[in-house]
This record gives sequence, structure tokens and C-alpha cells, in this order.
Amino acid sequence: MTSHRVNKIQRFGAALMMLLLVGMASQTPVQGTGQRPSQPLPPGMALIPGGIYKPLFRRANGPNEISIRKFYLDIFPVTNEQFREFVRANPRWRRSQVKRVAADDLYLKHWSGDLLFDEKIKNAPVTFVSYYAANAYAQWRSKRLATVAEWEYAAAASPTRADGKNDPAFQKQILAWHSSPSPDILPNVGASRANIFGVQDLHGLVWEWTGDFYTALGMAEEFCGGSAKNAKDPGDYPAFMRFGFRSSLKMDYTVHNLGFRCAQSTGD
Amino acid sequence: MSGAFRANDKKYSEMNKGRLQTSSNSFDYYGKKITAYSMKRQKQGMTAVLALMSMAAQLVAADAPAKPPNSASAKPIDVSVTGEEAALVTQAPKVPPPLKRSHPTKVSVTLEVREVMKRLSDGVDYVFWTFGGDVPGSFIRIREGDLVEFHLNNHPKSKMPHNIDLHAVTGPGGGAASSFTAPGHSSQFSFKALNPGLYVYHCATAPVGMHVGNGMYGLILVEPKEGLPPVDREYYVMQGEFYTAGKFGEEGLQVFDQNKAVDERPTYVVFNGAVNSLVGERALTAKVGERVRLFVGNGGPNLVSSFHVIGEIFDTVYQEGGMVPSQHHVQTTLIPAGGAAIVEFKVEVPGTYVLVDHSLFRAFNKGALGMLKVEGAPNLLAYSGKEVDAVYLGRQADAGSAAEMKVEQLRAARKEAIQSDPKIAGLTKEIQMEKGKGVFMQTCFVCHQINGEGIPGQIPPLSKSDFLMADKARSIRGVLQGRSGEIVVNGKKYNGIMTPLNYLTDEQIANVLTYVRNSFGNRGDAVTVDEVRPIRSEMPAPLINQFE
Repeated sequence: MTSHRVNKIQRFGAALMMLLLVGMASQTPVQGTGQRPSQPLPPGMALIPGGIYKPLFRRANGPNEISIRKFYLDIFPVTNEQFREFVRANPRWRRSQVKRVAADDLYLKHWSGDLLFDEKIKNAPVTFVSYYAANAYAQWRSKRLATVAEWEYAAAASPTRADGKNDPAFQKQILAWHSSPSPDILPNVGASRANIFGVQDLHGLVWEWTGDFYTALGMAEEFCGGSAKNAKDPGDYPAFMRFGFRSSLKMDYTVHNLGFRCAQSTGD
Repeated sequence: MSGAFRANDKKYSEMNKGRLQTSSNSFDYYGKKITAYSMKRQKQGMTAVLALMSMAAQLVAADAPAKPPNSASAKPIDVSVTGEEAALVTQAPKVPPPLKRSHPTKVSVTLEVREVMKRLSDGVDYVFWTFGGDVPGSFIRIREGDLVEFHLNNHPKSKMPHNIDLHAVTGPGGGAASSFTAPGHSSQFSFKALNPGLYVYHCATAPVGMHVGNGMYGLILVEPKEGLPPVDREYYVMQGEFYTAGKFGEEGLQVFDQNKAVDERPTYVVFNGAVNSLVGERALTAKVGERVRLFVGNGGPNLVSSFHVIGEIFDTVYQEGGMVPSQHHVQTTLIPAGGAAIVEFKVEVPGTYVLVDHSLFRAFNKGALGMLKVEGAPNLLAYSGKEVDAVYLGRQADAGSAAEMKVEQLRAARKEAIQSDPKIAGLTKEIQMEKGKGVFMQTCFVCHQINGEGIPGQIPPLSKSDFLMADKARSIRGVLQGRSGEIVVNGKKYNGIMTPLNYLTDEQIANVLTYVRNSFGNRGDAVTVDEVRPIRSEMPAPLINQFE
């Protein structure tokens, strides 16, 4: 009986999902690409068209340019509520059960229990999660973390152009976040204006884990003015700060203003 | 605050006492050990050791012919230290007391990086990135040869990772790479304080200019083995610039302006992290005859400071924070961005001395000034005060000329208009009160106290004072000529001396008397310049002549 009901619910859910998917695919404006995606958009994600990303730092043997294949990126950072679903389904990622090698002592510190937090923060981005936890979440959703190149490429877009680096107002707005104090309670996701790809909150809410953040390691050695010598654009302060932040991390670290979002390859 | 400091001070000296005893014990022990060792080895290895030593000496000499004689780096590094202690650190303008140790030790220093919103100027807030919660960062005092175990904690609420580059460290990055720390984490590294001197430390995380421009700098003093010559007062002053999106004084939370920073056009140039952080009640203080030492740093990130104290001459300057007293009788000393200097001077004359960056628009328009208030008896031989204040009209406006007559007419008309308008007259009194308060706070409160109550038995009160209110002209005369001899105020006898304040202008005297006659429970009419002027002119020759 129970299984019968579950089946029924599942079927209903699947039908609902289909409806939603179709709805979203037809509603989502296709921007920047000039062509329709070959498959419907995964829910809650936006299509980032392929293009060229020029890394901030040029390593000795590193490429000047990295070509980005088109990919999907979550519109919002993962919320506390979404992460709770993951933790509920995967008890080993509960606060009380997580292995210390997988997350440091502050893991989910802002929650009041394994599955408990102040309901006011359920739509705020989840923070105090380690790289391992973010990765596990992404896998559970059949997704992955974006690479640094993908993330930076998507985040370079302003509300009006794909390359926001030359948009002074956009740059100023990002810098203003760094000049404001950290709030005690993070605001909900979705408050900021979407960029030209339809992605929100890449700036001004939390830092985000990336799949290969550790490639930024080594910047710690480039102290003082030294880090500017290999930089493509020493005037891109927001990018400097992101690279600086990434290079200060280790995989088990959890931080009060560090969250994540997921990416997915398009499969073609 | 000062109570806490004193408590620390006491604790420190107790710690010191204990430590000194331990150290002498262990030194004895050490000494014996060495003696025993060398005696045992004497016979068998002496010749070989001597040969090796002379070879080593030759090598060193050949490698480093130009090393200064006292440089520790010319010798092999002596890693031995005795004992262990936590460094005492202080917030500006305070400086930890001189170290009394005569041996190097292991010192643990802990700084917490915090990003805090604080006042940059009245009504202006800024999110400062700090070492220890304040700009400049905590003053660290250690001794040459100390082994420093440095802990850098980045507060869990920080937005940014941070690190520290101490110019006192010998080694790549000055500790920067080893101390790179994410929010909510902690780093540790150690270094040997090889070179004595006054050094800047700062954050070196990219973009470095922004981290420094947000206030991440401070000073570390590595005292030379023999210590610094004793002085009566030591203070910590550090200059730095801030680049805000809004103009100077624009209210509200101000954000960092990258363009202004890159163009090196600061909005604020300040001492100790905020406009007026060394002014009024927060001014530095000293007493006449004392020797004052200022540890002055410049965090930059861009500007070089032309550091000057108005009305003082530095007896000694340790240029660029080096340990050679390199100059005497210096008016203005240059302090590079990311550099420091030590200045020493004896204060001879009471009054207020203004600390400035003598690139004057910074001082006048951007906040680069502080104050040193010196109390004590006037020294009229060193400085007379104003001796003559006569009218000088120049050639264009000789008395009786048409131009001068016209001016006089206009003045009279304006005065009449003002006097006939009670609103304006009232306003004038209010302005006089405001200005007079300023004079009072600079000149009178030291004796008569901020509340005007004086000091029982010594300084008569101004508050509800029958003596003061009884005779306006007598008050004016008192300020101009000073007074001595017995007087009775509110039924009590006083027999002190009030020094003449004839360096005050007629307007200042009118204002300050208007202020005291309408404050502290007194109510009276205003004192005008016209009332002061005739009394000054009836005065005998300037007072200084009476001393000759």
C-alpha cells in the first residue's frame, strides 16, 4: 500500500516536473547565444554560452586564453533549505556525523542541529560548508562545481553585457560589497539583478567554492606587489580578491561567507 | 582605559621581575655548562678549533667587508634564548614600557585581524581592516635577538583572507606567505629579530594597496640590546591615507574608491586612523621639562610624510627608524610610505603643539593633524608670548585718509545695525560663547578645570563665582596682566598666581570672558572687544620687561 502510494506520488511529481520544465524552457529568454538550446534547461539553471576566458594570472606555461564550452549554471547559490534536503538524504553529511577530515569544526555552525536552523535563513545561501561537502552535494544532484574559468567567465557578465569588466558601474558595485560590513544574517538569494545570462548573486552575497579552486594556490607566495607582476589586469580588484580568497582556502575549511552553486555540462 | 593600562603596567613589571630572576639563574647555569664543556675539550681539540675559527673569520671577513660593525648578520646567528613570555602590545597612542631584559627570549605575539566599521571623521564611517581592531595596528615591542613566535588570527566574521609582512623579519615576504589566513583561521610562524630598529608591518594580500589603504599597518620596535636612552614619555603616532567615494566630510558609510587610490588622490590623510584622533581630550600630553619620544610610522599606502611638530624642534631624529641617532635640531623629518622615524624632544614651554604632515593641504583639508598639550609654568625667556599687538594700516589707509574714513563709517553703521537688532545681538553672544569655549579649552581649563570649579585651596572657582561676576573690568585686567595676592572668592581665601595671558587677542579675551560669565551657573552680559581694548592700552609696558 505504501509503495503504491509512493509510486502514485512519484508519477504525479514527475508529471509536474515535466510541466515545469516545459514551462521554464519556453519562458526563459535565450540571451547572448542567438540560438535555441538543443535540450530543455535543467530547472533552476541558466545556460552560459561558450566563449573565451582570459585568466587573471598568466602562469609560466599557462595559456593566455581558455575556451569555455557552453554549460549550465545554477541561477542562485545553494540555500540552507536545499542543503538540508541533501543532509537529510545523506546522514553522513550531518553535523554530528561528518568526518573531521571532510569538514573543519565550524561545519554548519550556523545551524542549531543536524537538520535544524532558524526558518528565517532557509532561503539564504548555505555557508560553513567545506569543499568536500559542496562536491558531495553537487554529485547528489548529478551536477558538479564550476571550474574557476567557468565561474569567472560567467561572473564577468554584467546585467547588460557579457564582459562587464569594462562597465565601471558594475565594477564599483562589486567593490562596494567588499567595503561594507559582513551582516550577521545573510540575506536571501535572488535579491540582486540577474546578469545577461540570467544568473544572480555571483557578486555581493557570498564567496563561492569552485571545482578547481586550488589552482589559485601559490598566490600566497606572491605577496605584496609581487602578485601584480603576472596579472593580466592589475586594476581588476574584485578578481584579485576572489583569487586571494580562493588561495587562502583548504578543502576542509568552512567559512561564514563561503557558499557554492552547481554547474552541469550540456552533454553536447 | 588608563587604569587598565596601569594595571597592565604593574603586571608587566611583576612579570619582568620574575623573569629577570629566572634569567640570571639560567645564565649562571648556562655559563657553568659552557665552562665545563670547554675545559673537557681544551686539551684534545683546542688547536683544531682555533684553526677552524680563524678560517671562518677570514671567510666571513672576505664575504662581508662592508657590514656595519654592530650588525648581527656579520656573525653566525645566535639561536640561544632564555625563557619565554607573551609580548605586551598596546593601542595607539600608547607604547609598551621599555624592556628591562638583558637577554633575548622567546616572545609570543598574537594579533587578531578584524574588519570593523568605525568612525573616520564625525558622521563618516568606514569599514577598516585592522590588526587588533584599531588603526594603526597594535604596537609590538621586542628586543634584538628575541625569537618571535607569531600568531595571526583572522576573525571568523572577516570577509577577506589576510596576512602580515613585518619589515622586522629577514626572509622572503617578511612572513607574508607563512601567515596567509582565511577568515576564521589562524597561522603561526617564527622569526629571529636580527636587526634592531623601528619597523612597519602591514598586510600583503593582493590587492595590497587596498588592504593597506583600509588600515592594515602598524609598528614593531626591535629594541637594541643596550636599550634606548630613557625618556619621560613615549607615544605611537602613525600616518595613513584613506580613499573614499564621497568627498572629505561627506556623511554616512563611505566605500573604498579604487580610482582615487590608483591616482594617489586621497580623501583623508590622518594620524592614528581617524580625523581628530589626537585632538582635544585625546591629545598627547606632557609636562614642561619632560623629554618626549614619538615613534612615528607612515602606513601610506601612497604618500610620503613631511612630519613636523609646530613650535618644536626635534633634538634627535633616528632617521627612517634606524638605530643611529642620525640628526640633531631637525624641524621636519621625512617618513617614507612603509617607513618610520623616531623623534625626541624636550618640551620647554607650556601650550599646544600641533603635529602635522607639513604638506599643508593634507593637514588643513584632509585631517593630518594631532596635538601635544604641554602643561606647566610658562617659560617667558624661551618664549615671550605676544609682546606687541598694534594696529598697522599700511600706506594705503593712513588715518584720516578718505579710504580709512569710509571704512570707519561703514564699521560704525554695521555696528549700529547689529546692536539695534536683538536677534543678531543674541546670535553674536552665542557665537562668542562658542569661540570662547574654544579658548577656555585650550588655555584656562588646565587650572580652572573643565567644569570651572578650580582646585580647592589653590585655584579659585569660576563657577557661581561672586568675585568673577562682581567686576567685569577687573576680570579683563586679570586675564591681561595676570594676578597675584590674596583674594576672597565665595567666602574662601586664595593666594595663588594667575599667569598673564596677554598673548590672547582682544577678541579671544572678550569671547572667553563672555563664555565664563555665562557658564558654570553664571549669568551675565557679553564682554566686547571695545571693553578689552582700552584696558589693554592702559596697561604698563609688557610684562616680560619686569623680569629683566
